[in-house]
Amino acid sequence: MDTTVTTGAEGSVWGGGNKPLNASYGKMMMWFFIVSDALTFSGFIAAYGFSRFKFIETWPIADEVFTHVPFFHGNYPMYYVAFMTFVLIMSSVTMVLAVDAGHKLQKTKVTWYMFATIIGGLIFVGSQAWEWATFIKGDFGAVETKGGQILQFVKADTGERAALSDFAKDLHEDRVQHERKNGLWFTSEGAGEAFSVNEVVEGFKANPNILVRTEMLTEEGEKTLLTRQQSLKELENAKYVIKGANLIRNEYGTRLFADFFFFITGFHGFHVFSGVVINIIIFFNVILGTYERRKQYEMVEKVGLYWHFVDLVWVFVFTFFYLV
Amino acid sequence: MAHEHKLEIFRGLVKFKSNIQKIWGVLIFLTIVTAVEVALGIIKPDFLVHTRILGMKLLNWIFIILTIVKAYYIAWDFMHVRDEKPGLRKSVVWVPVFLIAYLVFILLIEGDYIYEVYKDGFVKWNF
Repeated sequence: MDTTVTTGAEGSVWGGGNKPLNASYGKMMMWFFIVSDALTFSGFIAAYGFSRFKFIETWPIADEVFTHVPFFHGNYPMYYVAFMTFVLIMSSVTMVLAVDAGHKLQKTKVTWYMFATIIGGLIFVGSQAWEWATFIKGDFGAVETKGGQILQFVKADTGERAALSDFAKDLHEDRVQHERKNGLWFTSEGAGEAFSVNEVVEGFKANPNILVRTEMLTEEGEKTLLTRQQSLKELENAKYVIKGANLIRNEYGTRLFADFFFFITGFHGFHVFSGVVINIIIFFNVILGTYERRKQYEMVEKVGLYWHFVDLVWVFVFTFFYLV
Repeated sequence: MAHEHKLEIFRGLVKFKSNIQKIWGVLIFLTIVTAVEVALGIIKPDFLVHTRILGMKLLNWIFIILTIVKAYYIAWDFMHVRDEKPGLRKSVVWVPVFLIAYLVFILLIEGDYIYEVYKDGFVKWNF
């Protein structure tokens, strides 16, 4: 007698015989990763929104912060970020073309498209590094008050921003540079071009063409410009001279602005960087013919998913950091 | 692995002959959307800045909607979500969409509440 029970489950829905999602294990796991990573990024961006709503009246205006283009002088808001966005979308296109060529098992085409994708990624990461360097270096400088408010300076006649070096007075003060041996071993300062608060205030008094601009936004969404009288009153509370940005304070406005800039674009930049590294590994595998022998290029499709995801995140970062 | 591709976008308004053509078509569309965003960001038309809907500038609503449109086409055509089975599509799209909408809603309400406290409360912080 035959005691074996045949359930006949191979073809039925509950027996595991069918593939309800019609995706391989690797591709499913890539999607799992992307969903969880998307939630990490949205945690960051939602936290950014939270802090921004908290300081909705004083948040810095992105157009006035990101105005630089490499090799050009002058005021070009957004142009460079728009270029970066385009580079990333373009590298997404070459990636999807590589996936398409992979479906048709065209090794040479996959190789070249992967190569173009890697170049695009490198241009993007390089641009982001440049953007960071410019942001950290700063351009006009500002003064911070005791309460942590940022006071920026404007030329009264033209309405343009005034750099500290335009008006600060050199008082020939004796300034002792803080060194590690004179205090906490982990704090020190560079020589720099820093002015003292006193020099800025004296320079301001001597130059009637300079006005103070506070962080507060007007109805029109511009920063509030003070009169000469009000400016002098505000400057009484000046405590620090700030140039550029770090994690503690920045010349652009609310401290959290720079913190979120570093964390969100940094986290995204790290993703682009690891994407480039993974792309390079796959690129060499393509050249070596690994996927040619496997008779399928699904690996290219999987890294492609990751690469497009990085592009997708950038679309959101671009909107919430630079546009809105 | 599904090799067949759905070759129409805009609900069938535009049809492409091959997958490669569709990719270029989507690129052109995304480029136009980005260009519009950047142009609006630089010009900032007065009427878009001054009209407010649900407490936010109309301009910002336009940016956010265009962003979601771009995200849709990147996911659907570059990440091949369009060609996946409905089950996979729903599980990778709706789960994050609901969670993110919930998180953003809670955090923005809370942020606005703290703003009100700073503004109307007895804590002096603007000095």
